[in-house]
Amino acid sequence: MKISDIIQILDAQLLTPQADLEREVHTACGSDMMSDVLAFVKDQSVLITGLNNPQVVRTADMMDMICIVFVRGKRPDAGILALANERGMAILCTEHTMFTACGLLYEQGLRGGVH
Amino acid sequence: MADAQDKILLEYQVPGDDFTRAGEASADLKARLKTLGFPAASVRKAAISLYEGEINLAIHAGGGKIRVELTPARIEMWLDDEGPGIPDIALAMSEGYSTAPDEVRSLGFGAGMGLPNMKKYTDEFEIASEVGRGTHIRMAVDIGPA
Ligand SMILES: Nc1ncnc2c1ncn2[C@@H]1O[C@H](COP(=O)(O)OP(=O)(O)O)[C@@H](O)[C@H]1O
Ligand SMILES: [Mg+2]
Repeated sequence: MKISDIIQILDAQLLTPQADLEREVHTACGSDMMSDVLAFVKDQSVLITGLNNPQVVRTADMMDMICIVFVRGKRPDAGILALANERGMAILCTEHTMFTACGLLYEQGLRGGVH
Repeated sequence: MADAQDKILLEYQVPGDDFTRAGEASADLKARLKTLGFPAASVRKAAISLYEGEINLAIHAGGGKIRVELTPARIEMWLDDEGPGIPDIALAMSEGYSTAPDEVRSLGFGAGMGLPNMKKYTDEFEIASEVGRGTHIRMAVDIGPA
């Protein structure tokens, strides 16, 4: 699915207007523990997280992830958004909980990476 | 073997008191490796490994020093600190073992996967540590075909 689909499915808000919403997302990873995210390489992945600090963007960057969804209405600050913008990453924010956000995306066909 | 003029040396200082800055060295290395044209898979392995090491310097060692040596054939990295050291390296290397306090965990680290991840993503990994003196890590990623 595309980043624009994720926005629609999660009723999410886009916090990085410059991002390319046509990019394809192939896999997803939902976690608040960054080392767990770093443990498995995924391709063109979206990170779904309830954690809100700059290490989330750095971790996603290390994994070449193209999109981060912050759940439960968490809003990253300007510094975090700037880091994401530098990397061309899309930052989304949804009111859904982690469980529901992952479930909605799974239901629409998005899957976890190959372990 | 690459000759001396193909060698690039980089050095980074990792602060021990500013967790938000941890990862700057790895992000810089990653950007440089990309610009230099290293294969994407090797770039990712080196960047993830250095990032985990950098986080460890920030959260466990009160900061430290990173050196990187690049040749067309490999990415070699040294992490040195004068922190508390590791009493039992085998235990520290096991998946899930962590002494990170709750405040570090609430920042998304302390899953005890850092050292195992570093070993997993690198072709060479060596760690030496002395309690009260510090910890020294050397790791290398061999450059595979693009
Ligand atoms: N540079 C270091 N200095 C002192 N202790 C360290 C260092 N790196 C790792 N450790 C110890 O090894 C443990 C495991 O490290 P790691 O696998 O990265 O997991 P985590 O950082 O999530 O705790 C740490 O909890 C800590 O006790
Ligand atoms: Mg660690």
